[in-house]
Amino acid sequence: MRYAETGYNLEIDLSRGNIERVETDPKLMEQYLGGQGVAAKILWDRVPPDTDPFSPDNVLIFSAGLLHGTPVPGCNRTAVNTFSPQTNLFAHSLMGGFFGPELKHAGYDRIIITGKAPDLVYLWINNDKVEIRDATHLRGKGTHETARLIREELKEPFAQVAAIGLAGENRVYTASIEHGFSSAARGPGPVMGDKRLKAIAVRGTKDINIARPAELFELCVELRNKIAESNDVGDWMAVDEDDSFHHNHFAWGNARTRQKNYWSKELQERWTRWKYDNMDRQVGCYNCSKKCINVISWPGQKRFAYKCYGKDTYHMAAFKELDYSYQILGPAMEYGVDSYSTPQVLAFAIELYEAGILTDQDLPNFPSDSGERIRYLLEIVVRREGIGDILANGVYHAARQIGKGAEKYDHNTTKKFEQLPIKLGKLNPPYFLMIATGEKMAITQIEGSFPQDPLPTMEEREAFVKKWEVVLPDEKFKRYFLQWEKRHEISNEASCAITDWNEAMHYIDDSVGFCGFLSSFRGQFGGGVVYHINNMPEIISLATGMDLDKDGLWRIFQRNRNLVRALNVRRGLRREDERPPEDHWAVRDHEFEQKLLDDYYSFKGWTKDGIPTKETLDSLGLEYVSEDFLRRGILTGNEVTPSKETPAQKDEEPKSGGC
Amino acid sequence: MKGEIVKKKVKTIKVNLDKCNGCRACEMACSAFHAEPKYSSINPARSRIRVVSDPLNDEYVPIRATDYTKAGCDGRRVYTINGKEYSECSFCGTICPTRNLFKDPDSGLPLKCDLCNNDPPLDEPMCVQVCSLDALTYEETEEEEIEELKLDDMEIGLKSLIDKYGLQKLADSFNRISQKG
Repeated sequence: MRYAETGYNLEIDLSRGNIERVETDPKLMEQYLGGQGVAAKILWDRVPPDTDPFSPDNVLIFSAGLLHGTPVPGCNRTAVNTFSPQTNLFAHSLMGGFFGPELKHAGYDRIIITGKAPDLVYLWINNDKVEIRDATHLRGKGTHETARLIREELKEPFAQVAAIGLAGENRVYTASIEHGFSSAARGPGPVMGDKRLKAIAVRGTKDINIARPAELFELCVELRNKIAESNDVGDWMAVDEDDSFHHNHFAWGNARTRQKNYWSKELQERWTRWKYDNMDRQVGCYNCSKKCINVISWPGQKRFAYKCYGKDTYHMAAFKELDYSYQILGPAMEYGVDSYSTPQVLAFAIELYEAGILTDQDLPNFPSDSGERIRYLLEIVVRREGIGDILANGVYHAARQIGKGAEKYDHNTTKKFEQLPIKLGKLNPPYFLMIATGEKMAITQIEGSFPQDPLPTMEEREAFVKKWEVVLPDEKFKRYFLQWEKRHEISNEASCAITDWNEAMHYIDDSVGFCGFLSSFRGQFGGGVVYHINNMPEIISLATGMDLDKDGLWRIFQRNRNLVRALNVRRGLRREDERPPEDHWAVRDHEFEQKLLDDYYSFKGWTKDGIPTKETLDSLGLEYVSEDFLRRGILTGNEVTPSKETPAQKDEEPKSGGC
Repeated sequence: MKGEIVKKKVKTIKVNLDKCNGCRACEMACSAFHAEPKYSSINPARSRIRVVSDPLNDEYVPIRATDYTKAGCDGRRVYTINGKEYSECSFCGTICPTRNLFKDPDSGLPLKCDLCNNDPPLDEPMCVQVCSLDALTYEETEEEEIEELKLDDMEIGLKSLIDKYGLQKLADSFNRISQKG
């Protein structure tokens, strides 16, 4: 018997209409856990590096996390992975809600989708009965409308549905996959549209077995109480109406203009009224008592929901107020577009118009009001109408396709992906590393355990690190934080270790299914998360029966991290691509940054070009990767693994190089 | 036939719809508690409580499996509460043939809530214990009531025969049958 996981993949070939239920190798769990970790391995095995993301050979994987469907609270994030048409790299995408747990109960750990359907279809998974069904009657329908119609025609109100809207059908690069009030962004939406897969509906009524059930259940009672009682987990933006942080510090429009004194008491009162006068309730995801999602009925609009910073992006792109976002979020959710990147694309087009690069010929009857303009642009982008067809490819590609100097308005992308609109003064070294070397495209998916900024007084720092007693991977982080006085002054040794820890927690969350608001993203604010490197091994062991300790879990993180890097290296990612936006910080020091990057690569066991060495790969059991790299000439075999510089590893015997 | 006055424990699960965040922890915990052995498997489809939800209607109603019935009702009443429409099925815990709810997914047999009857007894049913938001709360009250002396099945049968044929005729038939051995 398999514990926690089902032990089966669902393989769907949309070109041939083939459906198979395939038993998996139990070793995959021991090596990569599940979720995004196993998905990366499947993408490595099956998608050759020259595969176009819009080719039938590209693979789209919906993965339940390893602990979905167990009693572990707040474990519900579904990973969706593929290769993104926007970045041509590994697409990291997650959504909360109920999809992954339902898939597990249907008897599958993941759905692996290949090929391309001749016309629009949807997938209906009802335990062992799986059908590819006609979806031509759903063409152009909104994401929630689609879910409703599918539940009705299947007569299955308990089916969980993930669907694309008009944007996904039209392969808009910033299209999302919407499931309930959760959404998966950053790449898989347009690939799902390219495969002509409108939706997946799943219903499962099977058992998930637990290796050591009574002990796990008892531990979960404790964890559940902590989640309910703690203010250090969940989305504080659901309850704290002071959002001066984003409005005063983030850049408005096309990531351009800061309004440092924007926030006021009067404004906060007005916005709070708008929210609470129109909010039906706050809801959560599967088996989690947090209420991160705000459900709003705004006059004249269908009911919609948002969480976190998602409420800010449209009105900040349009220089408007919250009521503007409340009018556009509903339609945007039905079209299925990512609320982080899409508004930036639209604001970029407004700048091009104002600069005379786009004209009235490109944008006939273009309104004068910035809010009206964003709406106009959203409509032409999701339909790929006229210039919208180019804008739908995201800022980086659109700038180059438009030409005429549009390239210089692309000032906020890294690896061809729109970054959060943050423009600061002095460099934050760990953030330089995270934005440069991260492969999840959005900083929110990389940062999170170590605070963003130093605290002003030693008393505050000491109070903060007290909560770290249980969560820390290593005592050295206390020292780093206590000694940190000015944002831009921190040792390279600390920056490397901080980046590593931040990444580690996300990589574990994304394969196990934990929500970042209980774990990887949240520790930076408050310090006391519920899931951390010291209790995760026990939770995973009780559920799966796997013998796992902290070092073992850390090694799996390193394996998954290096595998994702390898996927991208094989598709051409190199050091020159690892550049945060030029204007992210006003004060830059090229020499310092490049030395920091050198140190980080060396810390990670990568070459000067950011490629994991044979020694690094082999030590993690990724020999099949190093062999592939040698065969392709990506590695020569003569690379010397740089010496490790962290104090924790200083005592180790220096190992001989990679050959 | 009148009985004595007795004290009875009345167990109630109270549901506050406004507090439910739709997380379905109650379903998870119910299925775990009723698994054999306890907690060994998780399966909301085996739960005796389900959150009937329609997010676009802002509808989240945890309902508890009550009695089994062979025939479904017409279920045609629609209630409007605070501007939201609810089908009467949204509040009904009856295990009926018109919907696929509260039936064991393997055997199809009805699954009835037993308020987590256990030895030793739980402080609160499991669904209430895991509901951190207090959408579900548990109340035990003592009520005095006159205990009706209930007739058992045979008594009911005999009484109806007496009503139909008279006591004498029934006694004669009984004697005759018993003598035949």
